[in-house]
Amino acid sequence: MRVALFVTCVNDMLYPDTGRATVALLERLGVDVDFPPAQTCCGQPQFNTGYRHETEPLVHRYAAAFEGYDYIVTPSGSCVAMVRENYPRIGAKAAAEGRGDSLAEAAASVVPRTYELTEFLVDVLKVTDVGAYFPHAVTYHPTCHGLRVLGLGRRPLALLEKVGGLQLRELEGAEECCGFGGTFAVKNAAVSGAMGADKTRHIAGTGAAAVCTVDNSCLMHIGGTLAREGSPVRPVHIAEILAATEEHPYPMEEVR
Amino acid sequence: MSGTYLGMPAFPEAAAKSTQDTQLRGNLRHATHTIRAKRAVAVAELDDWPQLRAAGAAVKDRTLRHLDHYLEQLETAVTAAGGVVHWAADAAEANRIVTDLVRATGETEVVKVKSMATQEIGLNEALAEAGIHAYETDLAELIVQLGDDLPSHILVPAIHKNRSEIRDIFTERMGDWGRAAPAGLSDEPADLADAARLHLREKFLRAKVAISGANFMVAETGTLVVLESEGNGRMCLTLPETLISVVGIEKTIPTWRDLEIYLQTLPRSSTAERMNPYTSTWTGTTEGDGPQTFHLVLLDNGRTDTLADTVGRQALRCIRCSACLNVCPVYERAGGHAYGSAYPGPIGAILTPQLRGTASALDASLPYASTLCGACYEVCPVAIDIPEVLVHLRERVVEGGAVTLRGTRAVIKPAKGHAAERAAMRAARWTLDHPAALRAGQRLAARTRRLHPARLPGPGRAWSATRELPAVPAESFRDWWQRTRGEGKNT
Repeated sequence: MRVALFVTCVNDMLYPDTGRATVALLERLGVDVDFPPAQTCCGQPQFNTGYRHETEPLVHRYAAAFEGYDYIVTPSGSCVAMVRENYPRIGAKAAAEGRGDSLAEAAASVVPRTYELTEFLVDVLKVTDVGAYFPHAVTYHPTCHGLRVLGLGRRPLALLEKVGGLQLRELEGAEECCGFGGTFAVKNAAVSGAMGADKTRHIAGTGAAAVCTVDNSCLMHIGGTLAREGSPVRPVHIAEILAATEEHPYPMEEVR
Repeated sequence: MSGTYLGMPAFPEAAAKSTQDTQLRGNLRHATHTIRAKRAVAVAELDDWPQLRAAGAAVKDRTLRHLDHYLEQLETAVTAAGGVVHWAADAAEANRIVTDLVRATGETEVVKVKSMATQEIGLNEALAEAGIHAYETDLAELIVQLGDDLPSHILVPAIHKNRSEIRDIFTERMGDWGRAAPAGLSDEPADLADAARLHLREKFLRAKVAISGANFMVAETGTLVVLESEGNGRMCLTLPETLISVVGIEKTIPTWRDLEIYLQTLPRSSTAERMNPYTSTWTGTTEGDGPQTFHLVLLDNGRTDTLADTVGRQALRCIRCSACLNVCPVYERAGGHAYGSAYPGPIGAILTPQLRGTASALDASLPYASTLCGACYEVCPVAIDIPEVLVHLRERVVEGGAVTLRGTRAVIKPAKGHAAERAAMRAARWTLDHPAALRAGQRLAARTRRLHPARLPGPGRAWSATRELPAVPAESFRDWWQRTRGEGKNT
């Protein structure tokens, strides 16, 4: 089984701990994981802002970078949603515009092999108990693309429930968007901020020490809002919780 | 669309103000969360909801593909049943037709059934210019009209008002429009409804002309269908001598049997009821029963152009249930007025820029009034993939391209104000297509990370207003992998 990590541009640049945690977790589960360095970005920010043509080279790049791997695993729900839902649309539009089938073929080659991390763990590796240890109260925010585009359902919760020491706290209004929305966060900053404030109020109401998601982009907005509010709640990607063990605990106190 | 909305600011500016209105936020939060929860219960009662949803979408799609055929069938059936059919290419033509028809009756007053199509074309304002008073008879539309306000929701146009605000409007304004509110009116819903009932009854009994829209038009029989809750529609549709219905051409369905689908999905999606209290159907005119003169004004106003767009056309499936508004986190915080059209919320964000185009700053901003969270698509009873259409329209805004304008293919330029963003996206594309350059940039950012400001200048200020920036780590993932695993691996 040849498995490649698609770390994503946001994790590569801003949250390398999440990438390292994903590698550690997969290796602990016996997966030999590779990092093809030709990878960069799935193109989601460009595409969702309306720049479809600027996205097209990144579709080709993604397909070429991950050629030959059986599985492409990524710790980002929205990047998987981009590949699975929008790559075929980009291919279809290019074909309809008389620009050939190469983008459609690139999309078709990667869509069935691209997995969000919790999907890969639960559906491919068939594990929910990954031997993790995280002795803190945690609340889980289901990010929109993971929830509604990928249909992750209970997969992340099933994994968190098996983490040693972890107390799961239910989040009020969990399925409501946090207000990030990519460029929405700056184009409509007032509404984005209002949504973020409602989300952090609900997070504070759980009494959890950490809020986790399957997506660091949403967590950047939630965490940035929590930090501005002076909240002690720590934003943690689910990969970092699942990678933590009694021998190598997650550094809750460390400034990140 | 309505001239009333002309000159409104782009969505972000309007929303920046409305999000600060705590009264509005409270009213909307309460109202949308209540109806949202009720809808979920009503929908969960039906085991075959996914099938109904798929069928509703399929029937609409098929009808739209053959709309030319069904519209002619409809015209023939309505005419055979004693009605007169008029075709209006745009708002101005529809307003002119209706104004002339009312003038021909010699009346200067009309009563109105709640209608989105007449909001869209600004009919009340056009009639007022011709000296004709149009009285809204739907309770919420009455509140909006008495308050000199604009509707902010498709189903509940006065959703932004709470009951004490409504009491004040009734007390202060009802007397200017007809029968005044009773002295000492309370803000109990029953008392408010009673005041409206007394005020409106005068108008129903006096009116000789009524104006309506329709939820559906059945092509095979020429039957129009209106669903409502209050019975005001039934009054308007039966008591006056002349009935004029203004209906968007996309409201056509082929047969009575097709109603089976929508009469299940519309009430549950809209008011969370199994069935709405009043469903009126009429076919042309009937001697001795109801209006003896019936005019149907078929409204295009951008619909044919929308139909020409293979991605955007799914917006024409819309049955105006407003479920997407009630689940939208952006609508809940910004309120309906920020959308600057008769159609607020997610459906408005894809319908308005198609019906009106993307030339104005407001219309070009609407496709961006969404986080693409997908809650709207999930509840839509005709499965309109609103996020897909939003992104499709964003492309039209920033890249321009081929569109259909008044039936003619045209190429439009990108909307103004996106030059810097476009340049940034192109630069990003280049960098992201050159991993070595990306890596160099990452290393530079890491080396200078202690120098990064805590709050960004320029456009980045929008981020820093409510959020801290993430710290740039000392080492990117890419460099960590290269340093620790680089040898022997596929690098």
